[in-house]
Amino acid sequence: MSDAPATPTRVDLSELSAMFEAVPYAKFLGVQLELKGDELTAILPFKDTLIGNPMLPALHGGVVGALMELTAVAQIFLAQGGKKIPKVIDISIDYLRSGRPVDTYARAHVTKLGRRIANVRVEAWQFDRADPIAALHGHFLLKSDEAEAEPKG
Amino acid sequence: MALSCHVSKSNAPHYGDRMSDDTPLWQRMATAGAMMIQGTPQARALGMRVIAITEARAVVEVDWREDLVGDPETGVIASGVVTTLLDNTCGVAAFAALSEPMSTATLDLRIDYMRPAKKGATIRAEAHCYRMTKTVAFVRAFAFDGDDETDPVAAAQAAFMMGTSGRMGKNRRPPK
Repeated sequence: MSDAPATPTRVDLSELSAMFEAVPYAKFLGVQLELKGDELTAILPFKDTLIGNPMLPALHGGVVGALMELTAVAQIFLAQGGKKIPKVIDISIDYLRSGRPVDTYARAHVTKLGRRIANVRVEAWQFDRADPIAALHGHFLLKSDEAEAEPKG
Repeated sequence: MALSCHVSKSNAPHYGDRMSDDTPLWQRMATAGAMMIQGTPQARALGMRVIAITEARAVVEVDWREDLVGDPETGVIASGVVTTLLDNTCGVAAFAALSEPMSTATLDLRIDYMRPAKKGATIRAEAHCYRMTKTVAFVRAFAFDGDDETDPVAAAQAAFMMGTSGRMGKNRRPPK
């Protein structure tokens, strides 16, 4: 029996930020990370280039999806105690509200951290955490050294 | 199984073709394809290009760029860029299935990433709106990084709500 929490925090914010800052696309979007204990929040500060519908105006759905995907990746990185960047296998995004031209936040929960696969759920919100603008459910391939040593296919 | 959502480029009207008022929406869109991207800040930021729009179908490309890399070790383009490209292309295909313009909203988007895209390769998304009801558009799309139609990088399935309240400036206020 193990008393270890579901997402053991063996990584600090500086390691996590270093991993993120090395990803040019995270910088392109402008995603920032905040870590309190083992609770990770990704923040996407609003900027005009994130708009997908200039009439409403609304954030591009792809941008909201990408934010949640990056949040999932960071949460897995945290749950694994910092290894290589996991690779996305599939994602399913529900759009619940159009994203307003303000800052957006996202939090992820690793439902299951297997040996090779992580199952993750993410929610993104703006004004009210209880009123999310989008939700993501996805599977990610863990690129641990062990998995990489396995034959392909 | 037909894998491709192939759009015949030869049938697509060319920019600058003269259009009459009863020209179908997709043909009017085809001539305004470049404008549709120009009018979408995120599409412009990613450097998206409309290659073709035909009835209920769209082809849009995005080039590999250093600042769009998702894995610094391999230089592969971020999956988020492919997500945005597929979402955008599906939306254009849904629009191209309409007879008159109306505002749309993405309900859901499912993406399978079959393999990483080749470093430096242009990503091409081909979308087909295969069913349009009064309220919902059902769209499928594939993303390719080369000419091999049997080897896509990613596949997408999306549903769009049609005729949503797209009041201008509606989002300038917080939700009630």
